[in-house]
Amino acid sequence: MGKQVALYQINDVKKHYPIKSGLLKRTKKAVRAVNGITLDIQENETLGVVGESGCGKSTLGRIILGLEPLTEGELIFKGENITHYRSSQLKPLKRQMQMIFQDPYASLDPRQKIGPAIEEGLIIHTSLNAQERKQKVIELMQEVGLQPSHYSRYPHEFSGGQRQRIGIARALALNPSFIVCDEAVSALDVSVQAQVINLLKRLQQDYRLTYLFISHDLGVVKHISDRVLVMYLGNMVELASVKDLYSNPRHPYTNALLSAIPRPTVAKERVKIKLQGEIPSPANPPSGCPFHTRCPLAQSVCSDQKPEWRNIGGDHFAACHFA
Amino acid sequence: MFEHILEVKDLGIQFKTAEGFLSAVHGISFNVKRGETVCIVGESGCGKSVSALSLIGLLPNNGEVYKGAIKFQGKDLTKLTSDEIRKLRGNDISMIFQEPMTALNPVFTIGYQLREPLKIHQGLNKARANQVAIDLLRQVGISVPEQRMKQYPHELSGGMRQRVMIAIALACNPKILIADEPTTALDVTIQAQILELLNDLKQRFETSVVMITHDMGVVAEVADRVIVMYSGEIVEQGDVETIFNHPEHPYTQGLLASVPNVDLEQDILEAIPGTMPNLEEQISGCRFHPRCPFATDKCRETKPDIFSIDQHDVRCWLKEAEADGQASRIISN
Repeated sequence: MGKQVALYQINDVKKHYPIKSGLLKRTKKAVRAVNGITLDIQENETLGVVGESGCGKSTLGRIILGLEPLTEGELIFKGENITHYRSSQLKPLKRQMQMIFQDPYASLDPRQKIGPAIEEGLIIHTSLNAQERKQKVIELMQEVGLQPSHYSRYPHEFSGGQRQRIGIARALALNPSFIVCDEAVSALDVSVQAQVINLLKRLQQDYRLTYLFISHDLGVVKHISDRVLVMYLGNMVELASVKDLYSNPRHPYTNALLSAIPRPTVAKERVKIKLQGEIPSPANPPSGCPFHTRCPLAQSVCSDQKPEWRNIGGDHFAACHFA
Repeated sequence: MFEHILEVKDLGIQFKTAEGFLSAVHGISFNVKRGETVCIVGESGCGKSVSALSLIGLLPNNGEVYKGAIKFQGKDLTKLTSDEIRKLRGNDISMIFQEPMTALNPVFTIGYQLREPLKIHQGLNKARANQVAIDLLRQVGISVPEQRMKQYPHELSGGMRQRVMIAIALACNPKILIADEPTTALDVTIQAQILELLNDLKQRFETSVVMITHDMGVVAEVADRVIVMYSGEIVEQGDVETIFNHPEHPYTQGLLASVPNVDLEQDILEAIPGTMPNLEEQISGCRFHPRCPFATDKCRETKPDIFSIDQHDVRCWLKEAEADGQASRIISN
């Protein structure tokens, strides 16, 4: 993996939202939504990003797609530094980077038929004529498992799973190389969720897609990812191949997360690691290691020093003094 | 007294729509014992939530129970007037909702909302209710409860709000607690805390719990008995080990196979083809047959009976041959 050229490099990216208060609306504090993320996304891989709500995983996805300006850091897509690109410069790149949203109903216009909805990107980014576009849309619909007869139906006529397929068809329309899936299957029922996950996996092989798969569901992430990044409070906690991370988690937070998932099996009592308390506010993060307030292994060094992000052997990274 | 604290018999629920009446639950029967946790699982639209709401008379205005009975300690809840049921609600039967932010009133303090059931149902005065309320908050694991009493729901985190909801639900020592997806909106680490709290409280107060969920993981964690619903019907029910280790209905099997399991190496998830039918869709025979890999002509034509062995009920024709002799058959409509 090491020698491959990264499709997307993210260097020390930070996103702080200022909190303005007082008479003169001076910036007093900042919400540190994303606080220093460095990542290489390899071609044709699925990089899972997991964490609890408020850990900054969605903000990270939006930054990567250029939907959110960043406070600090660098974005390099296919060797091109796009950090400070204007939107006109970003436009040709945007057809290579697409997004699949969590709630396809909220991301579709209720008054637009789905054929034209899938077609939209083609009008903006290609020079195909109307007939060619329609042809392409119908091919896409079949590819994701919709009927051509669905072309002139409205979003409300579809079930959740079908709407997510429409969302996938829209994302695929421009032959992107990179897709950010933000909780793409979280709103679906399990039986349908499994269908959509299988579809995403097949499309990845057929089109050599690269996914950044953001989810809070560790089961889904395990199933679809090659590598997984765990985030906590805007920080990177652990990054490893799926196999390493799930069989040999090294950071106490990853460990606790994995142990907290309710397993769909009735077996003997598992020993669970119980975390006390809740996630601190990103406006007022703890000193030192962001996790030390809830960590069962915390020592005094944890509240004083922020642990370094380091390789703990074989492409397995973690930020913990004791990993 | 009664062996079953709650007995639901052939319950049917329908909704009034512009096109006429639409049946959402077509005759379900189940019992809940004292101190038992029964989980109702199924995917969205299977009727699990309306079934739960009907238990405490909270169906929306256009919904009604059109057949069957809900017997609580021998009393039929469907026959009670709204005043009578209000005396039970929050007192003997209480409910925890999925989204605490919408279930709590944003303009009243936590303290006010906790004191309310105590004043109404138990006739406590304000000072006494206050004490009990603080005690309740402490029991559900909220720190500095005195201070929380003066706070409003928006000042609390999601997990904390759910704890407050549980405290309100438990205020009058209910005999049955109905929990509709109580942890779905929470993060896993907080979910683990809340599930542990519920298990702990159940043991301490001998409360029966009816939990509605779509998460098979949560079911495995808390349930004593499991009811699987599909499209307004119970397709399988049995104790938790049976359902997870020997599921018999093809839908239950499919549901379990489509959950991504973190402990297993799975290459491809076994999805159930197709989608849940709409309520208005007329399906002959078994309502699951269009999605069922084992469907036969009989399944397409005739609605299956319920076959029951050792309190394990399965509504599927596949069980018929096997059931001859040892199983009792419950002929359904």
